[in-house]
Amino acid sequence: MITFKNVTKRYKTNIGLDDVSIKIEKGDFVFLVGPSGAGKSTFIKLILKEIDADKGSIRVKNHEVTRLSNRQIPIHRRNIGIVFQDFRLLPNKTVYENVAFAMEITHQSKRAIRRQVPQVLSLMGIGSNACKYPDELSAGEQQRVAIARAIVNKPTVLIADEPTGNLDPDTAWEIMRLLEMINQRGTTILMVTHAKDIVDRMNKRVVAIDKGKITRDETGAYNFHEEPGTKTARDSMIFSRVGGLLKKNDE
Amino acid sequence: MMSRFGYTIKQAFRQVFRNRAMTLASVFAITAMLLILGIFFLLIINVNTAAESVKKDYNTIEVFMLEETDETRTQQIINDVTTWPNVAAAVYRSKDQAMQILKDRWGDSAYLLDTLESNPLPNSIVITVADLESADKVAVKAKNIQGIEDVKYYKDTVDKLLKVTNGMKIAAMIIMAFLVVVSIVVVSNTIKLTVFARSEEITIMKYVGATNWFIRGPFLAEGIIIGIVSALVSVGMIALVYTRVIDTVGPGLVRILSVPLVPADFMIINLIYIFLSLGISIGAWGSIISMRRFLDT
Repeated sequence: MITFKNVTKRYKTNIGLDDVSIKIEKGDFVFLVGPSGAGKSTFIKLILKEIDADKGSIRVKNHEVTRLSNRQIPIHRRNIGIVFQDFRLLPNKTVYENVAFAMEITHQSKRAIRRQVPQVLSLMGIGSNACKYPDELSAGEQQRVAIARAIVNKPTVLIADEPTGNLDPDTAWEIMRLLEMINQRGTTILMVTHAKDIVDRMNKRVVAIDKGKITRDETGAYNFHEEPGTKTARDSMIFSRVGGLLKKNDE
Repeated sequence: MMSRFGYTIKQAFRQVFRNRAMTLASVFAITAMLLILGIFFLLIINVNTAAESVKKDYNTIEVFMLEETDETRTQQIINDVTTWPNVAAAVYRSKDQAMQILKDRWGDSAYLLDTLESNPLPNSIVITVADLESADKVAVKAKNIQGIEDVKYYKDTVDKLLKVTNGMKIAAMIIMAFLVVVSIVVVSNTIKLTVFARSEEITIMKYVGATNWFIRGPFLAEGIIIGIVSALVSVGMIALVYTRVIDTVGPGLVRILSVPLVPADFMIINLIYIFLSLGISIGAWGSIISMRRFLDT
């Protein structure tokens, strides 16, 4: 499904990924863990071809991602659903419109949209919120909308970038159950997280990255250097948010 | 395909309406540019047509005969001149015809000419040259003809006129090009604001797999709408002013310079074409430029 072969990505001042090789099979559920700046984001950005690798080969669904032309990137991304920590819903669109938007972009018929969006919303347990705006929803509900948007085009891979980072433990578990359900329906899931209890209790494959290298790749509990919800984890969350804001201002 | 086009147009109008203050500002700015552009355009077209019509009057060389040159000799000269290169025609003008032309030109004061005892005007041959640039050569050659008194032509005047109009044309072109660039910058800035306001949406669109043209479409259409509106407004304003100008100074101008102004309807139809294409390209380029950085990946 996703294969990295000797992938290296260097930035000006530090290393993103250093000679990384990994294989994620179809239908896998993989946790991607590691301290901030370890290379998790680089890993995801490379899959999405937001950035280009310096060396190595990246294959997603038998397509060589490193060789995709700019024109092919959008088509490639339609195969990959993505969920963010901060939901990234469009505030001026209703729940329904937010999800329908993903289908409109891929030029699907109005009829298909009208059929599929309510299905996905009810699958995510937010069918009754279709006409509400994101700011009328709880954080957990917003993340469900984001997941609905990510899977409405039936991607083969779902990437979840700290999907539970902004949620309280109970809500986080609800989201994890949804992800597990999606995974059981055949979608490969790659989830970046700092939440030790989730990783431990889900008992899935855990890939740990540190300083651009894969330091561990096995199923089961993972001993985080930091306890989830501790200072470092929160800091990294704040940093990534501030970083996001700075990036926006730069543009 | 159709629904996609509909989506693009719908989004564009929504954006135009949402940033109506900025839309209005850029419409004003572009309209102002187009107005200045239009005024230059009107000036140039009018000066050009005036120059053309003056040129037509001045592409003749008049060769005055000596009193003693008889008709057979004159006819000989005409036959000879007609064979020269660059000569379109050579026509005999008797002293009586010349007097009549002078009387016509003097109009009300023509009676003064009646008091003359004899006609002081010489017989002449009017040579029409094929192109103005060769008038010089023809005139020099004509001076060597036996039996003529003098050669008269208006090259200097025409030269000066052409120089002035050419200079005006070049100056106007430079100013117009400058204005077009400024307009593009203005539109691209307006659209950049829209793009900023929707950068979150654009990011999400890119993640979900929207093609660059799908993202660009509404912004492109927005720029084009701004361009079209500005073009129509400025053509309307120019049409209003130009018809007034023609009504008030047009007849006077014909009397003084014997040069008519270019008719309003001809001008306006052409301006609509020119401004629409200008407006559309200004709007389109403006938005493409403002989007470029956002669609790098």
